[in-house]
Amino acid sequence: MTVQTLPLDDTAVRRIRSDFPELGALVNGKPLVYLDSGATSLKPTNVLDAERWFAENFTAAVHRGAHTLAAEATEQFERARESVAAFVGADADEIVWTSNATEGLNLVAYAIGNATAGRGGAASAQFRLEPGDEIVVTESEHHANLIPWQELAARTGAVVRAIPVDDSGQVTLEAAAEVIGERTRIVAIAHVSNVTAAIAPVDGLVRLARAVGAFVVLDACQSVPHMPVDLHALDVDFAVFSGHKMLAPTGIGVLYGRRDLLNALPPFLTGGSMITTVTLESAEYLPAPQRFEAGTQRISQAIALAAACDYLSVVGLDRIAAHEHELGARLVDGLQQIDGVRLLGPTDAVARTGLAAFDLEGVHAHDAGQFLDDRGIAVRVGHHCAQPLHRRFGMTASTRASTYLYNTTDDVDAFLDALSGVRSFFGVSA
Amino acid sequence: MSGLESLYQQVILDHSREKHGFGLREGEAASSHQLNPTCGDELTLQVHLSEDGATINDVAWEGAGCSISMASASLLSDLAAGMPVADAPARIALFRELMRSKGAGVADDEPLGDAAVLEGVSRYIARVKCAMLAWVALEDSLAQLP
Ligand SMILES: Cc1ncc(COP(=O)(O)O)c(C=O)c1O
Repeated sequence: MTVQTLPLDDTAVRRIRSDFPELGALVNGKPLVYLDSGATSLKPTNVLDAERWFAENFTAAVHRGAHTLAAEATEQFERARESVAAFVGADADEIVWTSNATEGLNLVAYAIGNATAGRGGAASAQFRLEPGDEIVVTESEHHANLIPWQELAARTGAVVRAIPVDDSGQVTLEAAAEVIGERTRIVAIAHVSNVTAAIAPVDGLVRLARAVGAFVVLDACQSVPHMPVDLHALDVDFAVFSGHKMLAPTGIGVLYGRRDLLNALPPFLTGGSMITTVTLESAEYLPAPQRFEAGTQRISQAIALAAACDYLSVVGLDRIAAHEHELGARLVDGLQQIDGVRLLGPTDAVARTGLAAFDLEGVHAHDAGQFLDDRGIAVRVGHHCAQPLHRRFGMTASTRASTYLYNTTDDVDAFLDALSGVRSFFGVSA
Repeated sequence: MSGLESLYQQVILDHSREKHGFGLREGEAASSHQLNPTCGDELTLQVHLSEDGATINDVAWEGAGCSISMASASLLSDLAAGMPVADAPARIALFRELMRSKGAGVADDEPLGDAAVLEGVSRYIARVKCAMLAWVALEDSLAQLP
């Protein structure tokens, strides 16, 4: 990634910060320094207002009923889909609402399982797995992009294989080429790791997958909120992301799928709103995306996600990426100057986004996090839902600081300053 | 004392490093393995009994985790040595009550000995599980005794 765009200047960040009510909060008597956006982001007033505006004006179930409110709600709901589609370079009918990325990945895995069980007719034959077929992931996946595939493998006789990461936590194309082969049917990879911050070589991975006729599933949880992402240009088959990591509320996420594939895939959840004709014996299904949206939908959350996309677009994803790139580089530089810090992930700032996970020798991550919390600094501690990666690095837990558009260099400096006192507090160094 | 200093009292930091009772050995009457899935803290604890089975000679343990979980196991090891088996459930219950007291403490923490210094943990709900890890392992071990 080359970053040429001008990052956000101090005035711009100050203006952005004034849109986030929680940034005025005191935590343990200290102003909140929020460095946990990798887990979930703060929400600006326009997003909160959009959700409230919708709830106050459009109470109705979408795609059901014919009264005026129902028609207006449906229109708003579909307009939100268009906004979110445009935000990631997709078409509206390729966007399926889910609860979160985890549900999106499970949807794909279960639908492929259903295809393997013979559901979906001739069109779904392309998804059928045979015993011994391979599902390829990487060693650095979030559990959400690992366990659904383990379960699918257990149900179908397929095998999960993992591309090992190198010592800096990066997935290389050389390592991928050793694992992706003739039997590979699915390649499921994170665009950006939530632990190492490493940006995966998606183009090369797609090429390797295409060469053997495998589908590519992209976990875009840590990329879509933070950098411009064009899913058509990336040429992946499926992609998922979560609204709550990109300024929107919890309860809303997105599954993207190429139109022809979504329309060939049998459903996962079934019930109301996803059918054409139903008899007591069987049912016919609507085309995508409705086929995958059974039951009454999360409507105000979808409206709020569209408002979040608008907010991010107005600021500019390229500028947000440049800003986080600067903060990430400052984090990594500062961390490397603190005694006992071992960074998980590449030190080369070009290859990473604005988060950093690390081990602090002699101090457990929980204790480090508690010390920082006492100073109003919110970070993530634990395995960050990536146990295999932590095992690869020989540890069970790490501490992670993650930045977003509203963070300042002062936030990073306050964190680094506090962190440099942790080891002496716990009596590990003088 | 600031909140942080009452959580991490010097006794606790010392125990987290000294780890009394650390090291498993053969001849245990019962043992238990406990895991805290949110942070990966892990601990195996053994109960070693007197010949007549009425007294805990000592508890031995091994594990890896945060300073609170390690110190708590160490303090438990000190407390349990020589304790009548029949007394243990009440002590564990009292410690659990202390941990759930949200900073209020319990009327009489004397029976907990030095382990009462962990009272500060009860103000940090996210850390109560860390402090309970060894105690749950002891509870589970005792439940296996004939
Ligand atoms: C890389 C990555 N994948 C998947 C997820 C799962 O997201 P969610 O819990 O919102 O479904 C997360 C966040 O926790 C993540 O960072």
